[in-house]
Amino acid sequence: MLPGSKNNSSPGELERLAGKKPALQLRAKVLQALRLFFISHGYLEVETPFLIPAPAPEAHIDAVRAGDAFLHTSPELCMKRLLCAGYPKIFQICACFRNNERGNLHLPQFTLLEWYRLGANYFELMKECEDMVNFVSNHLGMGSKIKYQSLELDLKAPWQRTSVQEAFARHASLSMEEALKRESFDRVMVEEIEPKLGSPKPTFLYDYPASHAALARLNKKEPGFAERFELYAAGLELANAFSELTDAEEQKKRFEKEREKRRREGKDVYPMPERFLKALSHMPEAAGIAFGVDRLVMLFADTPCIDKVVAFSPEEL
Amino acid sequence: MYNASDLRKGLKIQINKEPYIIIDFQFSKPGKGQALYRCKLKNMISGVIVDRTYRSVDTFEPANLEERKMQYLYNQGEEFFFMDLENYEQITLNSDQVGEARNFLVDNLEVEISFFDNRPIGITLPNFVDLKVVSADPWAKGDSVSGDSKPVTLETGYKLRVPPFIEEGSKITVDTRTGEYATRVKE
Repeated sequence: MLPGSKNNSSPGELERLAGKKPALQLRAKVLQALRLFFISHGYLEVETPFLIPAPAPEAHIDAVRAGDAFLHTSPELCMKRLLCAGYPKIFQICACFRNNERGNLHLPQFTLLEWYRLGANYFELMKECEDMVNFVSNHLGMGSKIKYQSLELDLKAPWQRTSVQEAFARHASLSMEEALKRESFDRVMVEEIEPKLGSPKPTFLYDYPASHAALARLNKKEPGFAERFELYAAGLELANAFSELTDAEEQKKRFEKEREKRRREGKDVYPMPERFLKALSHMPEAAGIAFGVDRLVMLFADTPCIDKVVAFSPEEL
Repeated sequence: MYNASDLRKGLKIQINKEPYIIIDFQFSKPGKGQALYRCKLKNMISGVIVDRTYRSVDTFEPANLEERKMQYLYNQGEEFFFMDLENYEQITLNSDQVGEARNFLVDNLEVEISFFDNRPIGITLPNFVDLKVVSADPWAKGDSVSGDSKPVTLETGYKLRVPPFIEEGSKITVDTRTGEYATRVKE
């Protein structure tokens, strides 16, 4: 069924569900491999509540309201509170909910893998991504050379590391500074840069402009940049990571700014996550990452549409 | 009035007072960035194709079209003939106006024809159409991840992949919005 289609009835319903079996079997194996990887690397699996009083106030992420509370858009805030309390290595695989996101790569309910590590920075997480994806691929018996949508993908480490500024210089019609000035950063990223990233080696796109990372630490040497990266494989965005901001004052200011952006655009403004901010003042240096599990399954299933790797899309309910 | 979240393949909107149909659509959201709605639009009058990227704050007027139920009769080269079932009036569309719909047009199929300024300019198919399989290759077991399937050719010349149990001469239901197999028609 076409994303966004309003027509719910469809012939061949059971046949279509049955046809998803190979993809769902693959999905189950990926989930198994992820758990094996993190447990064997000394991570503790945690579960934090889906129903929360205050999601992170980010300008472009819309939460789903549930009574007086919200469904979490990611487990980030709760997991960081555990970090602050002295849990050194934690991971979680859970459903997350984001309003107004639907397309070939987006579902309003999707599955995220998040992991956090005390004492680490974003460059160390890159290394862990390389190990983890190779572990999953081997577990599936697919080795280090795969194909996604007829693009070659060589998973053997090290992967490509490209700064956002370099990527603009190499692939875009204008510089990063110019794109920021014209408020076309996102558009140029989607139209000109993303399609060229991640083949034959997956690419870590790192060091985002400070304005594009609400929860990341700024680079000490170049404070115009945040220590954040996104991972792309064959044009597909898989993960977002950063060295965590541990300055509660600064975090509060940034949240205020994001809330103000939401207010200006007439969007729902969420309450300030006060208990998270309070905990943050106890947070040691740490890094964390959110990895799209559905996208990872898409990659190994070689499918361009997220609907193919979940049992039900919203239109199929 | 449509919002950006209503945009999808097949939707007809108005730009500069002219009707456009979305022929390709992609929702994009670069990590932590704003939602972007990327459309390939075809001008339903001139046939010119343009790319546009919209943001969530954008709104759209529906295309100012009159839709009439008609029956597909036949085609002669690049011309496709349709008949209004109420007044028996006949109209023609050229192959450019018919576009991908030609893959699913079988004689006597009821469709909607869009009129702009009393001129027929486009066609909307039912979501599901039954079509006959005219040739099917024997099944070669392929990679099991994308599901076992084999290519077949339909009576319109359209080729697609179907489950291995579909044989030459069977009738199948096709989803015209995606061009994908939906189910086998039980005779």
